[in-house]
This record gives sequence, C-alpha cells and structure tokens, in this order.
Amino acid sequence: MPNPYLPVPAKILAIQPQTPVDYTFKLATDIEPAWGQFVEISLPGYGEAPISISDAGAGYIELTIRRVGQVTTALHRLNPGDTVYLRGPYGTGFPLAEFAGHQLVIAAGGTGVAPVKGLINYYANHPGELEGLHLLLGFKTPADILFRADIERWQTIFPTILTVDQGPGGWPGRVGLVTEFVREIPLKPHARIIVVGPPLMIEFTVAEFIKHQVNPEQIWVSLERRMHCGLGKCGHCKINDFYVCLEGPVFNYSQARNLVD
Amino acid sequence: MGYKLTPAGFGALLDELATNYQIFGPVRYAGKGRLAGTDLTTYGPVRSVSDLVWDARTTFAPKEVFFPVKESLLYFSGQEITEPSLEMKETLVFLRACDLNAVSRLDKIFLANGPEPDSYYARRRQHIHFVLMECQEGFPGCFCVSMGTNMATGHQAALRLENDHYLLQALAEPWIALGERYGQPARVEPVWVEKNPLTVRVPERVDIALFQHELWREYACRCIACGRCTLSCPTCSCFSVQDVIYRDNPERGERRRVWASCQIDGFTDMAGGHQVRADRGDRIRFKVLHKIYDFRRRFGINMCVGCGRCEEVCPEYISFARCVNTLNQLMEVQGRDA
Ligand SMILES: Cc1cc2nc3c(=O)[nH]c(=O)nc-3n(C[C@H](O)[C@H](O)[C@H](O)COP(=O)(O)OP(=O)(O)OC[C@H]3O[C@@H](n4cnc5c(N)ncnc54)[C@H](O)[C@@H]3O)c2cc1C
Ligand code: SF4
Ligand code: SF4
Ligand code: FES
Repeated sequence: MPNPYLPVPAKILAIQPQTPVDYTFKLATDIEPAWGQFVEISLPGYGEAPISISDAGAGYIELTIRRVGQVTTALHRLNPGDTVYLRGPYGTGFPLAEFAGHQLVIAAGGTGVAPVKGLINYYANHPGELEGLHLLLGFKTPADILFRADIERWQTIFPTILTVDQGPGGWPGRVGLVTEFVREIPLKPHARIIVVGPPLMIEFTVAEFIKHQVNPEQIWVSLERRMHCGLGKCGHCKINDFYVCLEGPVFNYSQARNLVD
Repeated sequence: MGYKLTPAGFGALLDELATNYQIFGPVRYAGKGRLAGTDLTTYGPVRSVSDLVWDARTTFAPKEVFFPVKESLLYFSGQEITEPSLEMKETLVFLRACDLNAVSRLDKIFLANGPEPDSYYARRRQHIHFVLMECQEGFPGCFCVSMGTNMATGHQAALRLENDHYLLQALAEPWIALGERYGQPARVEPVWVEKNPLTVRVPERVDIALFQHELWREYACRCIACGRCTLSCPTCSCFSVQDVIYRDNPERGERRRVWASCQIDGFTDMAGGHQVRADRGDRIRFKVLHKIYDFRRRFGINMCVGCGRCEEVCPEYISFARCVNTLNQLMEVQGRDA
C-alpha cells in the first residue's frame, strides 16, 4: 500500500527574497497543481508545513514562504541546490470553469496573494478566457509588497488597484484597506469574485462585495487552518462536516459562510 | 457454533491461542487508578483467563492497539528517509459491542476519508481480530441502545461469562476448532443489552444558530481543557505530526504522530497568532457536534457509540449525554416554534 506520508525530494532551483521575511522557492518537481492547491513541504528533523503553490510551470513549482517558526526558519536558511521534501498537491483549487467567460475580480491581501499569483499569471497568458480581470491587491506597507515584478506586469495588462494600509511619505500609490476600493470596480451583474487574505480581511471584503449586490454564490474564498496531514486524517482542519484540506482550501462563499469554527 | 467452557478449558484455549496471537483485552492494574488506592481498568495484554475484567468499564479504549498513542512515521538519517518496518503478530482483541462499533468509526477516518487510506493504520488493522465480550447490562452512564451500538458485527467469536462457565459463539476459525477441542457443544444465541437506564436523544439536525446558544457558555467556565474526554473516547482519531532529532545523534531523527485533542490549547493555532475556538465552550460544542452530527453528515452514522467514558473521566463532571439531550430539546422547541 502506498504511504501517503512519504515525501519525495525536490531540489531548490532558485530562491528569491520578496521581503526580508518572505522568500519564493522554485523547486524542481513534476507536480502539476490546480491553481489554489497546496503542498506539504518538509525538512527532516524540523517538520512539515502546508504551503500554497504560488506558481508552477513545466518541471517546477514555486512556494512563497514567510518565516514564522521552526520549519519556515529552517527553510529560509537553505540555498539553491539544497533538497527539500514534498508531498501533494492537496485540496481543491479554484474552479476555472466557473470563471470562464465572466468578469473576474481577485481581491487579495498580504500573503493571500501567494495562492492566486499562479492563477493571475495563467490569465495573463490566456487573455481570451475571461471577460476582464480586475485586481485589488493590498499590503500593510510598501515594504511588505510581494511579487513586485509580477505586479508591474499585471498593471500593464489588467485594471489593477495596488494599495497599502499605511503609506509613508513618498509612496505614490493608494493608501487604505482593500475594502475601501471595492466600490471603484465596475462590477458586471455576473462577476465572479475571489477573496484571499487574513481572516478579517476576507470577512470585511466579502461583506463589501455583498453590499454591492454580489451574491454569495459568485464569491470564492481560500481558507487557512492548522493542518497536520493534508489527507483528511489528523482532524486539525475540520470545520463542521468539512475538512479544509480536502474540500478546501478554496470554498464557494455560499458554503464558507456556513462554516462556523 | 456454540460451546460451553469451564474456566480451566477456556484458560487452555487461551494458552493455545497465545502461541500464534498476541491477545489484548480489559485488564486491571492494581493501585494505578487516578485516585489513590484505586485500580486502573484498561486494555492491556491478557495472559490468563482471570486477567479479563468483566465487571467494569475500561478507562481507555482498545484503539491504542492499532492506533498507538505515539507512532513513528519516518526515520531520518542525514538526508535519507526510511519507513519503519512493521512486523506485527496476528492480534486478538477482546472488547465490548460499543468498542467494536467504534472501530468502524475509526476505519471511516483512516481508511475512507480523503484521497487514500492511512497506510500505517491499514497495515496494523489487517492483523487485528475481534472477540466480543457480551454485556449482561451496561455500566452507569452507558447509552449504547440510544446510539444503536448495543449490537455489533465483525467479530470472530462472542464470549459470555455465565455463573461458573463461559459460553462461546464461534463464528469463524480458529474458534470453531478451539471450541471443539476445549468445550462442550451448546446452544448459544447472542444476547445484547436492550435497555440502558440512560436514554440519549440525538437531534436529527442541529441548526448553526444554536452555535451561539448560552448552553455552551456554561462549559466555557467549567471545562479545564485537559483532553481526558478525547483520550478515553474510542472514536477520537485526531493526531499531530512532529519531527524530533535524537539527542545522542543529531544526524538522526524521526517524524512521528501523537494523539491530539480538539479540547486542548494549541489544536488550531496558526502563524500570526490566529486561533479558532479559543473559548472552551466552543471546543465542547465542536466535539459534541462531531460525535453526533458532523460525522453522520459525512459518513451516514453517528461517531459516538455511547460508551459513557468521556463523562466518567471528566474531572469537572461534564456530561456528554446531558448536553446532547439539551441540544435535542432546543431543536424540538425550535421545530415547534417554526
Ligand atoms: C492551506 C494553507 C496554505 C498556506 N500557505 C502558505 C503560504 O503560501 N506561505 C506561507 O508563508 N505560509 C502559508 N501557510 C501557513 C504555514 O503553513 C505556516 O506558517 C507554517 O506551517 C508555520 O510552520 P513553522 O514550523 O515555521 O511554524 P511553527 O514553529 O510551528 O509555529 C509558528 C507559528 O505557526 C503556526 N503553525 C504551525 N503549524 C502550522 C500549520 N500546520 N498550519 C498553520 N499554522 C501553523 C504555529 O501555531 C505558530 O503560531 C499556509 C497554511 C495553510 C493551512
Ligand atoms: S463521545 Fe463519549 S460516550 Fe460517545 S463514544 Fe466518545 S467517550 Fe464514548
Ligand atoms: S474531560 Fe472534561 S474538563 Fe477535560 S477537556 Fe473533556 S470536558 Fe473538558
Ligand atoms: S490537515 Fe489533517 S485532516 Fe485536514
């Protein structure tokens, strides 16, 4: 019987610091994820961590990892050429078929941009698939902005609002919470909405869209819960009769709003 | 096939079994109870027929025989990862109907939930065989009849202690051969507990509006988040995975899993200090609803098997049964008002 806990080695191809605490790791692997899925990455002796796949292509995936504790700190000490261990991909991704032919709005805050970065790049490369893509990206301060090069490219292709919660003098861009800019987006009646970010950001941003006549069925969110297996066994990620690692992390909001921890 | 055995005959039967099987069942450890001067009754190795305890509920459940409290998943040596080999003897577990039903609940999580079976559980589980110990009547706080777990299937044999002899219902080998060798043929029909003094009414449906009900607030103060209720529950299956490096050789270590509890602090902690169900009342709600509602929505059967352990071991006298009955009343009131 195959051992689902047995990870496979993956070589680090490149490491790109996004901020002093967020690094993007490009890993050699034949995993072909759906956008929005995650992997369990581990270092023997340090532990495992569930991390969203922030981009992927032939023969590689990218993970953007914030240094917060034991595993993530150990990962940040590695160099290109070193080996990490992977299992997955796990969870459900974004339902691209539901978005096709519609206007899509992606509202993402902070590290929440990671799980949608690959999806945005996919649409950048498949321009005909949507009836327009609007981006609403928020970070705490300009120093926290992730994926600068990608965002610069997106700004040339999609209507993009980039905002920071607090802007120091000299920041030429927008200042304010993501929620404050929802009203600037010219929403079409059947628009599809993705909201990813910290729990409060999700809550308030979704509420704002609903205030603008968007139905819960038109909104998708990506949830984060403590996870120890990714396989529906350890029980840590359960909410009601759902397992975030199995039926999530991407949920339609009509379902997510009934998930009470 | 039915057989009647004397204690000596049954003892000889066990001795023969012990050559091919390791045998577990409810046993008593004198003086090891939680309170001074009390005994601990729990599952452990059975060496002789007199080891089997018939007159008390075990504090812990038989699950630890095939879902160990702590289990090595992988070994590390430098960059090399190896899987532990498992050479497990065929294992017999003597257990009650509720606990046998509980095994099917664990099977759902470990074998059916998610994309693939848990290989560690599966490979132990295939070596486990069950012998049912018939209950004459339940213990205080049992509510198996309410949960439909007073009857069981999936055992190789059923055993009844009657006055000075044993009655054996042999449903499969090696029990038929053993019965022939060590017993006298007898008519043995299974008996099941048909009534418990305690009745628990499980609500058909639980409204999420009740998540905010003041019922849970009482537990927020009373529950001390010790996790005993989940450790002793025969159907609790949660675990945490952690890596350790061996102190005497930092090049070597292992990844292991250990039982975890949704009642204990830290179960949901996430990076950035975010946690859910910080309130202990919410944790009780989460556990109770998993046992009598969420699991059923997913798998069609209730998780709780009515063994009564969680209430017996709770230092704060928190009653699972009373909680479920209260929920049921609240749902009935709601149904009437609607
Ligand atoms: C589906 C999913 C996708 C994620 N995607 C990303 C991502 O793209 N980038 C990123 O940087 N982080 C992501 N995370 C969070 C990441 O998993 C945790 O930051 C990481 O597990 C912390 O590990 P650690 O050993 O460094 O921290 P620890 O030393 O274990 O602890 C540091 C903090 O992290 C918390 N933590 C520990 N284990 C977990 C866990 N399994 N899940 C959540 N929090 C945990 C601890 O409670 C503590 O507060 C994601 C989490 C989930 C569930
Ligand atoms: S919830 Fe309580 S009564 Fe039900 S199976 Fe678990 S320990 Fe037994
Ligand atoms: S045994 Fe009682 S006090 Fe301990 S966690 Fe369970 S309900 Fe709370
Ligand atoms: S992460 Fe273990 S059950 Fe979901």
